[in-house]
Amino acid sequence: MPKYEHDGRIYEVDEDGFLQEPDLWNETVARDFAASEDVPEMTDAHWVVVNYLRNYYLQFGIAPMVRKVVKETGFKLTQIYELFPSGPAKGACKVAGLPKPTGCV
Amino acid sequence: MPEDQPKPTPLLDELETGPWPSFVTEIKRAAENNPASADLLGLLERSYQDRKGHWKHGGIVGVRGYGSGVIGRYNDIPDEFPNVAQFHTLRVNHPSGWFYTSDALRTLADIWERHGSGLTNLHGATGDIILLGARTDQLEATFQDLTAAGFDLGGSGSAMRTPSCCVGQARCEWACFDTMKFCNNLTQAYQDEMHRPPFPYKFKVKASGCPNDCVAAIARADLSIIGIWKDDIRQDDAAVAEYAAAGLDIARDVCARCPGQCMEWTGAHLTIDNRDCKRCMHCINVMPKALRPGVERGAAILIGAKAPIVQGALLSSVLVPFVPEAEIEATVRELLARIWEFWDEYGKNRERIGELIQRVGMAAFLDGIGLEPRPEMVAFPRDNPFVFFQKEDTK
Ligand code: HEM
Ligand code: HEM
Ligand code: SF4
Ligand code: SF4
Repeated sequence: MPKYEHDGRIYEVDEDGFLQEPDLWNETVARDFAASEDVPEMTDAHWVVVNYLRNYYLQFGIAPMVRKVVKETGFKLTQIYELFPSGPAKGACKVAGLPKPTGCV
Repeated sequence: MPEDQPKPTPLLDELETGPWPSFVTEIKRAAENNPASADLLGLLERSYQDRKGHWKHGGIVGVRGYGSGVIGRYNDIPDEFPNVAQFHTLRVNHPSGWFYTSDALRTLADIWERHGSGLTNLHGATGDIILLGARTDQLEATFQDLTAAGFDLGGSGSAMRTPSCCVGQARCEWACFDTMKFCNNLTQAYQDEMHRPPFPYKFKVKASGCPNDCVAAIARADLSIIGIWKDDIRQDDAAVAEYAAAGLDIARDVCARCPGQCMEWTGAHLTIDNRDCKRCMHCINVMPKALRPGVERGAAILIGAKAPIVQGALLSSVLVPFVPEAEIEATVRELLARIWEFWDEYGKNRERIGELIQRVGMAAFLDGIGLEPRPEMVAFPRDNPFVFFQKEDTK
């Protein structure tokens, strides 16, 4: 099992660097994983996206479709890529501690 | 066995024995200077032994700013095949009509030998240049080198896929519109939709210059643009006579095979009743010197084809029977905006547009995008009660 380490904290992750145990997530975990996705600092805007993803996941057990993220957070898709350069699936979902979104290819 | 000796692959070797070129031979050649290619063969041999694929499904990798263009691949026995533990695919946007200078191809090959396995597939089913086998830590560097050389990644995932087209007017006299220009313009216009997946599922646009449909748009594209003419087939009677004199059996090989049943050969003269012509290209393909498409040219726009992945295969349905050449691009862009809006609103996750149309019905779809139903949308308008009345009409 691959590991991801930040500031001395060690997490078990899958081969794409997604947190293996979503229950372990908290805001510190989010900041640690943000560092792996080219997000130097978690601003309010970042938290809007991350908290939306997190709450949706806790309620429905899956990641929302991209168009819902755009609609509900009020950010355009290009703005989401500015916040999370690796995109909503690889970047924002990883920071929000969601399991890897599947089967999109 | 010394380290640099390739492992034996008796099952794969069988694939080299037939009369055709073999990918096994090609990958063996690549394996001479690339350890990933050697492990690739080893892993496939193992799959044949185990009767089980050893590639894991799906991975999420990418480059900065893009949500598509790279498809993550890992194998499930990485300790045994470490050189293909990560074997990601890059889709690179091909040029319209697949025209390259040999310099461009050498540049691509050099980039790929520096950063990846060196194995390529020109071209993938989407049309893109496929670079097979990158490690995660090489993706960003490959992307930088590609863009420096003037290339860009193509679409993958729930995105607009890289548009593709037939060679069209660059090489082909049948082309009823400039497919290459159309394809390039569309690619430039939808960079966001290609690189940052916004849709419920993939969306493919393909353009063919005539109904021969050399890119098979009608069977695989969500939106197909197929060149067509509105007026009569142009006919050169002297050239028809030459074909007859040269031994062509016009009655049997042309007229009898006309799906419109609208051609007649008296033995001396050919007549075509163009009102019943289905624009199938058969007669033109058989007698290219005597028959040509008409001069009032444009395209038909069709919707909804897909290969069988989640559900079965679908062929396209006609959406717009004829758009004049000058209006094709504007019409397609307007239609795409409306279609995507409808799909966004009603499409389920991983539901292609053709499946959505099947689910809600063509009448509801046409209503949703603001198009009037027309007889040309129906394969057999005289015996298919496809769209009769809307509910409100019957009150
Ligand atoms: C003078 C008498 C009639 C005339 C001129 C007539 C004419 C027609 C025409 C022009 C059509 C449309 C064909 C097409 O779409 O190409 C049609 C359809 C039809 N007719 Fe008649 N018809 C006559 C009597 C009848 C009778 C007596 C019946 C039944 C008892 C009948 C049953 C039908 C049916 C079921 C259809 C098909 C409707 C559909 O496509 O769903 N017709 N008729
Ligand atoms: C259980 C009874 C019946 C069934 C299941 C039935 C079914 C059908 C079907 C499936 C078609 C073809 C529709 C199409 O091509 O889209 C058709 C056509 C037709 N039926 Fe019937 N039918 C029945 C009874 C009748 C009766 C009783 C009549 C006349 C008295 C009739 C007259 C016609 C006519 C004229 C057509 C041809 C319409 C055209 O050419 O467009 N049918 N029927
Ligand atoms: S689709 Fe038609 S126009 Fe395009 S290359 Fe084929 S024959 Fe020519
Ligand atoms: S194009 Fe096809 S349908 Fe039209 S006249 Fe020729 S063979 Fe017949």
